[in-house]
Amino acid sequence: MDVLSLLQFGFIQRAIIAGVFMAFLAAILGVFLVLRKLSLIGDGLAHVSFGGLALGLTLGLFPTFIALPVAVLGSILILKLMERTRVYGDAAIGIVSAVGVSCGVILASVSGGFNVDLMSYLFGNILAITQGELLLAVLTSIVAIALIAAYAKDLFAMTFDASYARTIGVRTSRIDTLFFMMTAVVVVLAIQLVGVLLISALLILPATTALQLAKSFRSAIILSAIFAVMSVIAGVFVSFLLNIPTGATIVLMSFVAFVIAAGTRAFFRQR
Amino acid sequence: MSVIVSFDHANIGYLAHPVLKDVTLRVNDGEFLLVVGPNGSGKSAFVKTLLGIIPAMGGEVRLFGERVDRFSDWANIGYLPQSLHDFNPLFPATVEEIVSMGLMAGRTFPKRRSSEDRKRTDEALDRLGIADLRSEPIGTLSGGQLQRTFLARTIVHHPSLIVLDEPNTGLDSKTREQFHTYLEEMNGKKTTIIYITHDISEIHDCATGLLYIDQRVLFHGTLKEFCSSDEMEETLGAHLQHHLCQEHCGGS
Repeated sequence: MDVLSLLQFGFIQRAIIAGVFMAFLAAILGVFLVLRKLSLIGDGLAHVSFGGLALGLTLGLFPTFIALPVAVLGSILILKLMERTRVYGDAAIGIVSAVGVSCGVILASVSGGFNVDLMSYLFGNILAITQGELLLAVLTSIVAIALIAAYAKDLFAMTFDASYARTIGVRTSRIDTLFFMMTAVVVVLAIQLVGVLLISALLILPATTALQLAKSFRSAIILSAIFAVMSVIAGVFVSFLLNIPTGATIVLMSFVAFVIAAGTRAFFRQR
Repeated sequence: MSVIVSFDHANIGYLAHPVLKDVTLRVNDGEFLLVVGPNGSGKSAFVKTLLGIIPAMGGEVRLFGERVDRFSDWANIGYLPQSLHDFNPLFPATVEEIVSMGLMAGRTFPKRRSSEDRKRTDEALDRLGIADLRSEPIGTLSGGQLQRTFLARTIVHHPSLIVLDEPNTGLDSKTREQFHTYLEEMNGKKTTIIYITHDISEIHDCATGLLYIDQRVLFHGTLKEFCSSDEMEETLGAHLQHHLCQEHCGGS
């Protein structure tokens, strides 16, 4: 089958459009997260979302709409633990993540054990994305990208040196809250793409790939977005042609890009 | 003469642990204040409290007459932190990106660079002799080049108060001299300067005041008063005090 002919299928079109928008956004957020040593926040919030999804399924409500506020609350809890207690970022993520998974497991157990719906969220299924979910993913991405663009200078200063950023008038606490909430929303929506278990790859891999090659902050952001979008497009086509899971294929495509970038960097450093 | 910085019975420290107690002082418009003290004396905590990075544990701190926790006119402030200590060499940023960060001081939403900003960036890069490094990634710079980059970021927006925390770190003697000449020039134009150092031999001839701290304020006055201070003689020893005064205060 001709690869381009796959584009005639509606589910492939939806998968690529949603994947491109979400991956683009996750890749940009990822650069800030990786540089702030908060890479595992995606994992942590995905586990919190798991609790929210389980709650939604238990209550018989649309799980994503329950997981969204739960993940946002989880992100604020991580931030407040970091700001107001003697808890390091990775420990705060670990605490909130463990509580999220525990709640999810208990809810799943109470509601009669793990069911197929909950398992599908663990591994994601981008090819099953609906029109409504596509619209939500695209609109959220546009709003979040506009917010990042508006606060780009502040986020850059905070990422480089948060204490200095305060002395140029950056309202670090307010922007951190917004940034963490945005990350939570992205995580919940991207669960559809790669699932709870692989979500952090979408945030970390394109960013770390870009950081192998970028010489400026601007180029890091651009490269991260390019690598993420290319991985999603390649992942959707390759997984469909080889009949293998799409989310995992997207992640492996990102990893291939990382290996090439790291190899290229090592090659030029040796010369 | 207006008061630029004021501390009123402020206790300074981290996480409810005071490192500097009962600080009361004023820094006036156009002053050049040297803040000196040994390692662990509370110098960095003093600077961070002055700029509102950490809150005072008691008393009051004001910047340009406004309580520091409510202060908003950050365009007036140029701050050089001790960045070399916790600098991440893998951070992907060019010299120009770091220097132009200073231009965002006090800007309101949305923050954008203008053509005037580009001129100011060029001017700061030229002033610190790093114009040829503008596109270089900061991870490839030497310690001295990095410090010059941060100094350029501190002065790029022409602030009226410059706060420098150990500015000589990594600078060679020529650059140090050029930078001190620049500070004198700025101070001559009524820019207030607060210069923090652990090395008392860095006493500047152009300093109008000296604050010596070690867990508490041991001395605050002019260089002449420093030379006749019994407390400083006791702290530093008569020989060092005499030597510094010979060198910088015309032997008074």
